Amino acid sequence: MTPLVELKNISLSFGGVRAVDNVSLDLFPGEVVGLLGHNGAGKSTLIKILAGAYQMDEGEIWIEGKKANIHSPRDARRHNIETIYQTLALADNLDAPSNLFLGRELTNRFGLVDDAQMEAETRKIMARLNPNFKKISEPVSALSGGQRQSVAIARAVYFNAKILIMDEPTAALGVHESKMVADLIKELKAQGLGIFLISHDTREMLDLCDRVSVMKNGALIGTEKVGDVTEDDILSMIIMGKARDAA
Amino acid sequence: MTDTTTETGAAVRPSPTAPKRSFLSQLEIDTRLLGMIGAFILVCLVFNVLTDGRFLTPRNIFNLTIQTVSVAIMATGMVFVIVTRHIDLSVGAMLATCSAAMAMTQTDILPRLLGLGLGHPLTPWIAIAVGLVVGISIGAFQGWLIGFLTIPAFIVTLGGLLIWRNVAWYMTDGQTIGPLDETFRKFGGINGTLGETWSWVVGVIAVLAALWALWSARSNKINHGFPIKPVWAEILVGLIIAGGIMGFVATLNAYEVPTARLIREFKARGDVMPDGYAAAYGIPYSVLLLIAIAIGMTVMARRTRLGRYIFATGGNPDAAELSGINTRLLTVKVFALMGGLIALSAVVASARLTNHSNDIGTLDELRVIAAAVIGGTALAGGIGTIHGAILGALIMQSLQSGMAMVGVDAPLQNIVVGAVLVLAVWIDIVYRRRLGGK
Repeated sequence: MTPLVELKNISLSFGGVRAVDNVSLDLFPGEVVGLLGHNGAGKSTLIKILAGAYQMDEGEIWIEGKKANIHSPRDARRHNIETIYQTLALADNLDAPSNLFLGRELTNRFGLVDDAQMEAETRKIMARLNPNFKKISEPVSALSGGQRQSVAIARAVYFNAKILIMDEPTAALGVHESKMVADLIKELKAQGLGIFLISHDTREMLDLCDRVSVMKNGALIGTEKVGDVTEDDILSMIIMGKARDAA
Repeated sequence: MTDTTTETGAAVRPSPTAPKRSFLSQLEIDTRLLGMIGAFILVCLVFNVLTDGRFLTPRNIFNLTIQTVSVAIMATGMVFVIVTRHIDLSVGAMLATCSAAMAMTQTDILPRLLGLGLGHPLTPWIAIAVGLVVGISIGAFQGWLIGFLTIPAFIVTLGGLLIWRNVAWYMTDGQTIGPLDETFRKFGGINGTLGETWSWVVGVIAVLAALWALWSARSNKINHGFPIKPVWAEILVGLIIAGGIMGFVATLNAYEVPTARLIREFKARGDVMPDGYAAAYGIPYSVLLLIAIAIGMTVMARRTRLGRYIFATGGNPDAAELSGINTRLLTVKVFALMGGLIALSAVVASARLTNHSNDIGTLDELRVIAAAVIGGTALAGGIGTIHGAILGALIMQSLQSGMAMVGVDAPLQNIVVGAVLVLAVWIDIVYRRRLGGK
């Protein structure tokens, strides 16, 4: 089976700091791979390279068995890679439909932005993702953390992603909303999407992921199947920075 | 996240005409805009009383309108510049360079190179094209410095303020260049108006277009099943717009051309003016130009991808970038557009003066920025409207000429305008805070 994504020997330095150091990872369809590690371990940097937000210094990205050139977020979107950023990356002054379709606006036959159509589509997907979502035409700055999160999630899900990157999707959420995100991840996984998930919640990761990869100081410590490890194993990998065999 | 019970729940929307909504919210008029219109009317009424009714005469309203055009055209472009979190301090200086280029084209370059003198039918259009090329090029270049070399806009355009002001001086040796081509001068205001009949025609077309826009917006909402305004609110808004447009046309049509000037015009044609003949000015071409620009810029802001990206970038540059928007190229486009609008503004300004003078556009950058800011454009970026900026320009011009009519000393005039700018922004901050982060 061809992996959906193969990251091969990726490195990126900022100034003298090696933020990502020779990391290789893969992701198969219908699989959730979790990325774990301390703050500054290089998780977000690594997935931002895949998302096109950062340019790697060395390494290769292969998508569905073919080498991919990803130099911008636009390139990543072309490869059906969608990203939910930790910061959500929403334009606060715009409403939910404008954010959902940002960079991919629906237009009418005159080439003008079709707000009504986008609002209708937004209502449709929101009815599915977050039925309590009512403030369709308010700027997203007026929304609660959970509602903002659902706008960001809707944006990633709407465009038929094959590869989904979720950077701390539940960090700003309450218990109930976190449960909804977890259910969504399971549903998308069943549809055959590949998902990279970043979270600090080890228990949640063991629940949702098929495999977990641990990073420390930019380097990959190891990748384990969740069935093979305990929460303590993972924690010691995060803290000690040693692969399980060596521990 | 997909259970059927919630889907049916989402289908039940609140009734479109919930009884609790207030009168104003049923009309769905921007209360901020309403406040500005209120402030403008108040300014007009106060000056009208202070001047014993001389402020609100057709003649003064006509003058006020043509005095506002130049700053208002540039203010529409400044909205986009400020919305993307930049600033342009060079607009007055660029206006001088564009004006100098156009004046030299008409009076020196065209006669020398092509033998086309003043009065040749091509002269004004070639001059305007030259002005546009100069304005757009300078704007695009400054935008490139800002977007691609990441030099702060404040610095680039502060340098530009010195550079372009003196490029204009250098081009003309500091001399006043004139008179300009007669057709070119028609864009200045009083020298080029539609006359009574055509003004009414334009007014009627504008009313029909506005009503059609209201109707199509409503039917579009109905098609998608969105909540709509009650019919009476729709009709009331339509009536207010129609009344405003026709009232404006009627006022401009009420300003009659002085008899002495009419006699002169008839004499020039070798005729004698019939007794009791009267003619009105009607809508000036410069005002038509402003209206066309206002409509074009509003459509761009609200209904094009470029406009959407401008506002998204202002709201959150990182998010815009991550959404695949080329924010650097966007900066170039915004400043190039500003440059083009400056060129058009330079046409109006120099045509109004009937010549290019060395100090044309001096301090315009401050008037333009003030108009945009009074009109509700937030310096933090992401927020601003085209109609607000035009109204801001109109309020500033009303204050200035009103005080001049009352006989307020020049230094006091500027002190008041400065204070109003600060006050307007403070009121805006308080207003936005009350609305809660909007």
